[in-house]
Amino acid sequence: MPRDWTRQPAARAPAYRSSSMRSPEHARISMPATPTENIGPVFTRDSLGPLDHDLIVNHARPGQTAMGARLIVHGRLLDQTGRGVPGALIEVWQANASGRYRHKRDGYLAPLDPDFGGCGRVITDQNGAYMFRTIMPAPYPWPNGGNDWRPAHIHFSVFGQCFAQRLVTQMYFEGDPLIARCPIVNAVPDQDAIARLIAQPDMEATVPMDARAYRFDIVLRGRRASYFENRPEGI
Amino acid sequence: MSDDLHETASQTAGPYVHIGCMPNACGITGVFAEDLGAQMLQAETPGQRIAIEGVIFDGDGAPLTDAVVEIWQADEQGRYTTRSAAFSGWGRAAADAETGRWRFETIKPGAVPCPDGTVMVPHITVWIIARGINIGLHTRMYFPEDYDMQAHDPVLARVQPTGRLHTLIAEPGPDATYNFNIYLQGPKETVFFDV
Repeated sequence: MPRDWTRQPAARAPAYRSSSMRSPEHARISMPATPTENIGPVFTRDSLGPLDHDLIVNHARPGQTAMGARLIVHGRLLDQTGRGVPGALIEVWQANASGRYRHKRDGYLAPLDPDFGGCGRVITDQNGAYMFRTIMPAPYPWPNGGNDWRPAHIHFSVFGQCFAQRLVTQMYFEGDPLIARCPIVNAVPDQDAIARLIAQPDMEATVPMDARAYRFDIVLRGRRASYFENRPEGI
Repeated sequence: MSDDLHETASQTAGPYVHIGCMPNACGITGVFAEDLGAQMLQAETPGQRIAIEGVIFDGDGAPLTDAVVEIWQADEQGRYTTRSAAFSGWGRAAADAETGRWRFETIKPGAVPCPDGTVMVPHITVWIIARGINIGLHTRMYFPEDYDMQAHDPVLARVQPTGRLHTLIAEPGPDATYNFNIYLQGPKETVFFDV
């Protein structure tokens, strides 16, 4: 299915200053998906380690856990027809409970947590479901307009079943007052599309006396029945 | 169809994309055994060894030193062999933190047949994410030695007027290395696709 550009951010979002010099000025050239885009890389659980999905412990010293409010983040990876997307790689990264990234270019004065790396990855199950454990990231200031603060967020990189489904996005948390003030969020021109980037608390998935849960479903572009012989569907 | 769901909105990968996509390359070791896509070639991978490298430039002519580049390509016979242990066709590289240069060691792909009977000349999909890029930029790299075949390529035929076609053709260098610089703005702006 063709991409709906009314629900995607423009390349150039003036309030997000980094986009001004990094946004192409020519219109994209439209092309139909070919075999190149109707197929994509395949990842298997063999390429992942047993703790890759557990940010609470995957960078922690023996016997330690990451500092911060313990969370389960889960949801389903769907395509536009509502079908679950199985076997898809999801990679996540985030700041720690103080709003600091483990990255040499992050100079925020909040401290690093020796027990938190900030990366995780998981492969969706046969129904397209995924789950990882982490801690609540904090908002942090960033150099943009002088006094801009990112809402708490988790970055997602998602592979589907073909390269035309590739998606990178960010997940926010319900109730965060910084969401509506964020120039990166507001690069998305549609309020409903923004609302779907905001994860909802999920009390049923909460682990009592352990971790709260948030649910975040992700939708990739749909695949229509097409001419493609050995792979019956294309974008 | 009105019943269809909407594709989730894209958001920038931000300046710290390496933490999630290539943690070992940015000093977060001991979490993932390896950075996915860092090595495309195996000893048994068939095909002509080549390297592809380049720099992405912004509208001020400054190199992007915080980008992640992914490539996606067919094997030497023009097939997408996603489950082959010898060659998956997918690679990922970080721009150098000082120079912005990225590099892949891979094989030259073959021409790719399409179901409608047309044939796409050898090409490599290049996909860029970085701070300031709100939705991943999708382009293709073609090879200078295939010039004669490119006039019949169904995707290149869409690049009209043809004055910007040259932005999709790599420059040959020594030792089977192709240079593919990418310009985000200005008179040399690279062609990007909406697939």
